[in-house]
Amino acid sequence: MSSKKNKKLTPVQQEYQKFAQKREPKRPAFTNCLKAFLVGGTICTIGQGLQWMFIKYFGFTETTAGNPTVATLIIISVLLTGFGVYDHMAQWAGAGTAVPVTGFANTVSSAAIEHRSEGYVLGVGANMYKVAGPVITYGVFSAFIIALIKIIIMELGGI
Amino acid sequence: MLKGHQTWVFQSKPTIIASAVAGGPFEADGALAEDFDILHADVWLGQDSFEKAERKLLEEASQRAIDKAGMKKEDVNFFLSGDLMNQITPSSFAARTIGAPYLGVFGACSSSMEGLALASLMVDTGFANNALAAASSHNAAAEKQFRYPTEYGAQKPPTAQWTVTGAGAALVSREGKGGPRVTCATIGRIIDMGISDPFNMGAAMAPAAVDTIEAHFRDLNIDPSYYDLIATGDLGAVGHRIAGDLLIEHGFKIPTEILTDCGLLIYREEQPVLAGGSGCACSATVTYGHFMNRMKKGDFKRILVVATGALLSPMSYQQKDSIPCIAHAVAIEMD
Repeated sequence: MSSKKNKKLTPVQQEYQKFAQKREPKRPAFTNCLKAFLVGGTICTIGQGLQWMFIKYFGFTETTAGNPTVATLIIISVLLTGFGVYDHMAQWAGAGTAVPVTGFANTVSSAAIEHRSEGYVLGVGANMYKVAGPVITYGVFSAFIIALIKIIIMELGGI
Repeated sequence: MLKGHQTWVFQSKPTIIASAVAGGPFEADGALAEDFDILHADVWLGQDSFEKAERKLLEEASQRAIDKAGMKKEDVNFFLSGDLMNQITPSSFAARTIGAPYLGVFGACSSSMEGLALASLMVDTGFANNALAAASSHNAAAEKQFRYPTEYGAQKPPTAQWTVTGAGAALVSREGKGGPRVTCATIGRIIDMGISDPFNMGAAMAPAAVDTIEAHFRDLNIDPSYYDLIATGDLGAVGHRIAGDLLIEHGFKIPTEILTDCGLLIYREEQPVLAGGSGCACSATVTYGHFMNRMKKGDFKRILVVATGALLSPMSYQQKDSIPCIAHAVAIEMD
């Protein structure tokens, strides 16, 4: 716990939190990392397999095969979310299912399913990006900043 | 009658003439399935939203309790109910169906015993002949409101708990023969130990449970061995352990075999509920189902149920506030 957070707590609260922490099960960080590596790696390997398939049998090039590969993974992820399987896989896999593109598809589809009861506009439409929204916002924002930096460097005669 | 600082002693000992509990599929697969009056195979209960499903559970449990008492809705003077949803909508909408004069209560997961304590107070003072106390929670509705979409793949830590899908109702009456009687209730105060992690409710609520338990025995000046069972509401494995150790540290000797937690009883060990069950329905279904049945069988003569509640909102959590907690204790005894 950060010292900044600790400052707000009274001595009694601090003492209790130490007392409680000793009795709480810890997140198994090492096994979680290992599982995330295995599952995340497996998803990426499937992606690689799909890419080869699209190049070999469907006449895509290495550059153009990216789109159908990602689309296939997204469809699989959305289906698994809809069938109620993805969240169970994720409890075991942790970051392994969260980080790849499948995790992103899961955040969007799960929010869309969840808020279907409030209608298509105020429910699905308004809440679909509830979990994924911050990723898009800050993704676009950081891409903008990076682009600015690149332009400035190029204008100054770099690269 | 007020005794000590915060305990009500009900001199007429109002009787719980009937109680009923309803549950979902996960509860049907749990350790106490036999104690449920109504079990559903579908979390939707044939409704088009989780919120409506929760309302239906509450209506069913309340109606069944009234039926079991051989009464009609009109015989219920007051209906007291609480749940976890915003503006306690399942309770208010169920009250619309029941049609009895209604008071909504909110004490988060402690609503079950808050309602029972108030219903008993009404009956004891003569302000009601029959008062119905109920509480409900729905796993998916609670997840939706407080955490993430149900199908979202977020890994939960081992301290997280599983919200019970269910509802429990108890009909408290002036006239009753030989049923379990409500003898006293200790109203808890807010305890906030600065814990702000909503995936660690057990640790947040344990001090509130300990505070109320200590107040109960201090006010009544009795020994914990007076009870055959002292059950906290939904501390789960983590909170139960902390509460037990905290009581020992405060020099309070409660035999380990009589101190239990509803959140540890309701599910089987193999079910993936992490630290255990939680939610208003956790203490409501275990108390009004399992404990009532065992008291009638003669397994317990006197029990103390200490329902614990974490009074946070999704807003307060996002604004980095800590979690204020509360616990209300109600003593139920057989003649």
